Amino acid sequence: MESVVNATPDSPHEYDFLSFFPIHSHHHPLILLINTIHFKPTVHIMNALEVKNLNVSIDGQAILKDFSLTVPKGEVHALMGPNGTGKSTLAKVMAGHEDYDVESGEILLDGESILGKEADEISHAGLFLAFQYPLEIPGVSIANFIRAARSSRLPKGEEINAVEFYKELYEKMDALKMDRKFTARSLNEGFSGGEKKRCEILQMSMLAPKYCVMDETDSGLDIDALKVVSEGVNLMRGPDRGFLVITHYQRLLDYIVPDVVHVMYDGQIVKSGDAELAKELEAKGYDWVKEEFASATA
Amino acid sequence: MSDTNLTEQEEAIRVDTEKGNFSYPESYQYDAGVGLTEDTVKYISDVKNEPEWVREFRLKALEIFYKKPMPTNWATKDLETIDFDKIRYYLSKGQRPSRSWDEVPDDVKQTFERLGIPEQERKFLAGVEAQFDSEAAYSRMKEDLEKEGVIFVGSSEGLEKYPEIFRPYFGKVIPSSDNKFAALNSATFSGGSFIYVPKGVKLKQPLQAYFRINAENFGQFERTLIIADEDSEITYMEGCTAPKFETATLHSAVVELVALKNAKIQYITVQNWSSNVFNLVTKRGMADEGAEVKWIDCNIGSRLTMKYPGVVLKGRGARGEVLSIALANNGQHQDTGAKMMHLADNTTSNIISKSISIGQGRSTYRGQVHMPKHLKNCKNNTECDALLINTNSRTDTYPAITTRGENNTVQHEASVSKVSAEQIFYMMQRGLSEGEAMSLAVNGFVNDLMKAFPMEYSVELKRLIDMEMEGSVG
Repeated sequence: MESVVNATPDSPHEYDFLSFFPIHSHHHPLILLINTIHFKPTVHIMNALEVKNLNVSIDGQAILKDFSLTVPKGEVHALMGPNGTGKSTLAKVMAGHEDYDVESGEILLDGESILGKEADEISHAGLFLAFQYPLEIPGVSIANFIRAARSSRLPKGEEINAVEFYKELYEKMDALKMDRKFTARSLNEGFSGGEKKRCEILQMSMLAPKYCVMDETDSGLDIDALKVVSEGVNLMRGPDRGFLVITHYQRLLDYIVPDVVHVMYDGQIVKSGDAELAKELEAKGYDWVKEEFASATA
Repeated sequence: MSDTNLTEQEEAIRVDTEKGNFSYPESYQYDAGVGLTEDTVKYISDVKNEPEWVREFRLKALEIFYKKPMPTNWATKDLETIDFDKIRYYLSKGQRPSRSWDEVPDDVKQTFERLGIPEQERKFLAGVEAQFDSEAAYSRMKEDLEKEGVIFVGSSEGLEKYPEIFRPYFGKVIPSSDNKFAALNSATFSGGSFIYVPKGVKLKQPLQAYFRINAENFGQFERTLIIADEDSEITYMEGCTAPKFETATLHSAVVELVALKNAKIQYITVQNWSSNVFNLVTKRGMADEGAEVKWIDCNIGSRLTMKYPGVVLKGRGARGEVLSIALANNGQHQDTGAKMMHLADNTTSNIISKSISIGQGRSTYRGQVHMPKHLKNCKNNTECDALLINTNSRTDTYPAITTRGENNTVQHEASVSKVSAEQIFYMMQRGLSEGEAMSLAVNGFVNDLMKAFPMEYSVELKRLIDMEMEGSVG
């Protein structure tokens, strides 16, 4: 069986799958697969969040149309576009929301498919979604909630060290200029818009995800809150983490400077560029994109 | 106590669960048999060697019981399935139905395991052992209390040894004629506590029924009377979160509280009945001038629980409060609520009720607040919140508030909520499983009331809610 490892298309009998795995074989099956050029090569980037040719509809209406996007680790990508182009739908589908019909396509996290998985599995795989409208959970304190979320990542039977947990929580709250008393408040209940968004960033930093998808985090924020939230995000930037910042306005990108800016329209990305693109959009408005899109598809 | 051997006892239990024709071993010296007649009541009174006035009290109550119809004109028709002729009303003294550990169903054993109930207590709670080794603890506690003049005994011992305190209040807060089941209890009562706290004595530690009940015996027709004399304070706790594994299917207790001038009584109940039990309980307190009566009530399990703790606000400035949590799972109906009777000026009452209905469980809130015409400056606040877990869960609210007079204010808020799919998605996005997310939301729903429970109870309650929530989603 020594020829198996060096299999070439010239020796077709070597591709008989069953013959690859004789009981007495000393070869590890994985080695066989890696060395077999017979399979169609598909490129999965091991260090990126990838969306490939995604088609999504709701109630029969197409929302994402052959949408593709790659956010490598270490980069911040901004996704901009007018309302109703499918930005939030993309965020929810990525996080495993069940209300959408995914017709085709792939979503890969470090090469592994997360499409069709439960929301908690996707969370554990390393994707965090900062919600545009964070939900209120009455009676559940911020501290308890984050603790439960952290516990869900531990092997069964293991428990969180409460002292260390609170130390970390307080440090991160200080960085986000959140009053420590907040830990005892019910999650998002009666919070102002700014407080809700800070709380999202707090959760994001406590859960240390590989990829952060932030859906309109700037909406409802005044300029001071915007700065604080942006600082929190910037502190999390690093080579091991990717960001997809969804926003309607350029304003946020003054503080969270993106590596790449994508413009989305009618369910797909119509333009990509560097941070300058966002400024151009701000100056010209989205009508410019719409017109360009209209003439391109005409 | 008879020398009945274990086999006979076991046989007796089997008989209890069967329908139709059966006999009962004659060697059972103290057994009232099945069915309720005048002889049954006389028998109970004889065995207990009661004074004549108690015997008369019982017989009179029996008449009332016969006369009163089932309250099915307002309550559930399920009550009609209770067959009073098949119930055994008194089992010989010191005899608790016992069984072997092997006979205890696996799910009950598992529940003990998961609630972290200590080994020796498990056997007691499952009815395997008549009592566990708490007698020493009880008598130590009793000694300490006696130094302060506090009486903490069984109700039979109370009426026998302390008639001058017991008799004036017994059956006064809840007369036998109050309702059919109060009459039933008055005719057949045994077990329960009698507590008297003298003037000015403020008990720092709560008294636990647990000790006393274990040291004595637990009856299905318990009768408890607590008297807090002027300026005294007492907290009493009954029940535990472990499921009570009972063969008897009807439990009908009466609890009367008397808070004299400026006294404070807090009565805490946590009960988790097995799902075959009808739990029909009458609980009421009387608050004199400046006194306070507070009921904290948590009802889990049972087939049907009907319980509306009440406070009669008799003296000026008296305060009454009912905080309750009810959890109804499949096949269960928690029909609970509160009653506040304002009978003097400047009295205030507060009712907070939270119910959770899981699966086909049903929870009902019934409230009665009464402020007559001649009163002024009375206040009531009522909040009742219901949480429905599944689409087939059910809740009903029947508040009855009458207010007249001057400057009386009542406030009533009711809400019905559901844990939304978006809330669950939000929590799952953070890594919680669907079940964990639901449990967390439910615990959050009762969280503010949980704080009213003593620490160890609230920890157990949380675990219990988690367990009840299992299998309710997905």
